[in-house]
Amino acid sequence: MEKFTTLHSKAIPLQIENVDTDQIIPARFLKATDKQGFGDNVFRDWRYNKDNTLNIDFALNNPNYSGSILVAGDNFGCGSSREHAAWALTGYGFKVVVSSFFADIFKGNALNNGLLPVQVSKAFLNTLFKSIKKDPNINIIVNLEAQTIAIENTDHVAHFEINSYKKTCLINGYDDIDFLLSKKAKIEAFEISLN
Amino acid sequence: MKKTLFDKVWDAHVVDTIKNGPQVLYIDKHLIHEVTSPQAFNELEDRGIPVFRPKQIVATADHNTPTQNQDQPIKDELSRKQLEQLSINCKKNNITLYQLGHKYNGIVHVMAPELGITQPGMTMVCGDSHTSTHGAFGAIAFGIGTSQVAQVFASQCLLLTKPKSLRVNVNGKLKKGVLPKDVILYIISKLGTNSGTGYFCEYAGNVFEEMSMEGRMTVCNMSIEMGARGGMIAPDETTFNYVKDRQFAPKGEDFNKKVAYWKTLPTDEGATFDKEYSFNAEDIEPMITYGTNPGMGIKITENIPVETNASFKKSLEYMNFEAGESLINKPINFVFIGSCTNSRIEDFRVAANFIKGKQKAKNVTAWLVPGSKQVETQIINEGLKAVFDAAGFELRQPGCSACLAMNEDKIPQGEYCVSTSNRNFEGRQGQGSRTILASPLVAAATAVEGKIIDITKHLN
Repeated sequence: MEKFTTLHSKAIPLQIENVDTDQIIPARFLKATDKQGFGDNVFRDWRYNKDNTLNIDFALNNPNYSGSILVAGDNFGCGSSREHAAWALTGYGFKVVVSSFFADIFKGNALNNGLLPVQVSKAFLNTLFKSIKKDPNINIIVNLEAQTIAIENTDHVAHFEINSYKKTCLINGYDDIDFLLSKKAKIEAFEISLN
Repeated sequence: MKKTLFDKVWDAHVVDTIKNGPQVLYIDKHLIHEVTSPQAFNELEDRGIPVFRPKQIVATADHNTPTQNQDQPIKDELSRKQLEQLSINCKKNNITLYQLGHKYNGIVHVMAPELGITQPGMTMVCGDSHTSTHGAFGAIAFGIGTSQVAQVFASQCLLLTKPKSLRVNVNGKLKKGVLPKDVILYIISKLGTNSGTGYFCEYAGNVFEEMSMEGRMTVCNMSIEMGARGGMIAPDETTFNYVKDRQFAPKGEDFNKKVAYWKTLPTDEGATFDKEYSFNAEDIEPMITYGTNPGMGIKITENIPVETNASFKKSLEYMNFEAGESLINKPINFVFIGSCTNSRIEDFRVAANFIKGKQKAKNVTAWLVPGSKQVETQIINEGLKAVFDAAGFELRQPGCSACLAMNEDKIPQGEYCVSTSNRNFEGRQGQGSRTILASPLVAAATAVEGKIIDITKHLN
């Protein structure tokens, strides 16, 4: 897994609540047996119109917006457990998703793929939306070590929570498999205790 | 200390606790299917890690399978390859697979309980968010991502932070025509789609105690639609009687010993929950959804609420509904009875009972998709297929089908589908499709009338 420490980037505002994983990556694209190519189809049915032309009203298609931070409405990633949603977002180039609330399974999947979910208050989320819309070139700074998210050249800064174990994993690029395998002896002893 | 049902099962499976970190939780049963497992098998193979406990894994093909001509080669190349990959991976790793056409094949959350794989007190996972279904037996069961599928392959464990506890009580007498699906749609409409996030939910009260196992599975299935990773119902005589004598259930003295243990699992009197809600059964009526998340539900006789926020407006725009309008008499051209929520024998009995002696409306395409081969056989043996055939309904072969439309069973652009599935997200049943969630009774009535009707007026 790729390491994550700090990120300075512009951000794309997706001001929609309850974005479900079916929107992030529709089921018809789940037939692959590897992790490649999902980025091409991220938000497929919002990025394209019914006649397959580009929907220029959608934030990801707006030439003013760019960057590897997605700022999204409340309850992001609800619905299906498909990790393809995380692969689609990282495949497109996102490294951070900011929202006021994340669904459980999505949050775990994101963390397991080096995609950092940053949960902020509704007020700070609104400040982010306003600031990005006012100046799409504004930089957002995410510092994992300090657990802060800030809008560059402003006083707007917020602290975010992250499980300390997961934080260590992200900073060092470790994943859970390595850790679990190191517990093999304890797991086997537990199995014996069951019988 | 007083413990909840969830605490008892969780605590019995903790292998290790990391200081200020997550716990290592042992997983008894791991269910897999073709869509969320291939990348996990690749991961292990790339890293040279063997599958640790293949005997505790059961595989089925369900998400991406056709519901017609299952004896013939699958036409769609990508789907065929994905299913072939599952067969190869299972064979290579000595994992039992009930592939397409096998007498035990079916939707993972229908076939595992009916084979007795699902048992009280277990920890179970699957790369599918509706794994919460198995909580109906008093098991801790939840959906996981593919990275976690790989972790369980490698170690039969997961690293998890213990979720908070939530209890939803429903007491009283349910009205006629109110099914388990209506109960859970009602709860979600009251609590919203993220009220359960971070929690494991226990359903308690006489309404759940009096439900069949099929009904309890319908309720627990949709726990994730209010954000809860899982839902649970205390195991009781109904549970034990259901599990007894099934293929993979313990037998004889082993079974009796298990039952004695299972009887210790219900939540202790006086145990506390982080959050608790209570509802009266009498307040619940047949439900339908009008929007694009499962929390956007109303009693079938109610009007769509009037709200001003942008997400609500976007949702109604997608559905082509007006705030404040009633859905009664809305013409409907598609009806789907199936999915891991409502594709068990009881669901088809309810539908057949209403349909018997009536005819499907001419404008309606109605797909009935059983949850498993065993349910399909039961439908035929009980004479329900004859009822469906006579009324013009199409009984298909088992699979997830139009619940997520990964196969050819897609609802066309712009069309409404009254569906017994679990999600009404935009495009869930096909690009541009519009889903209205309901019980099998409301779905059957819609198919007969060709429009949404007030079912409460049509019950004797």
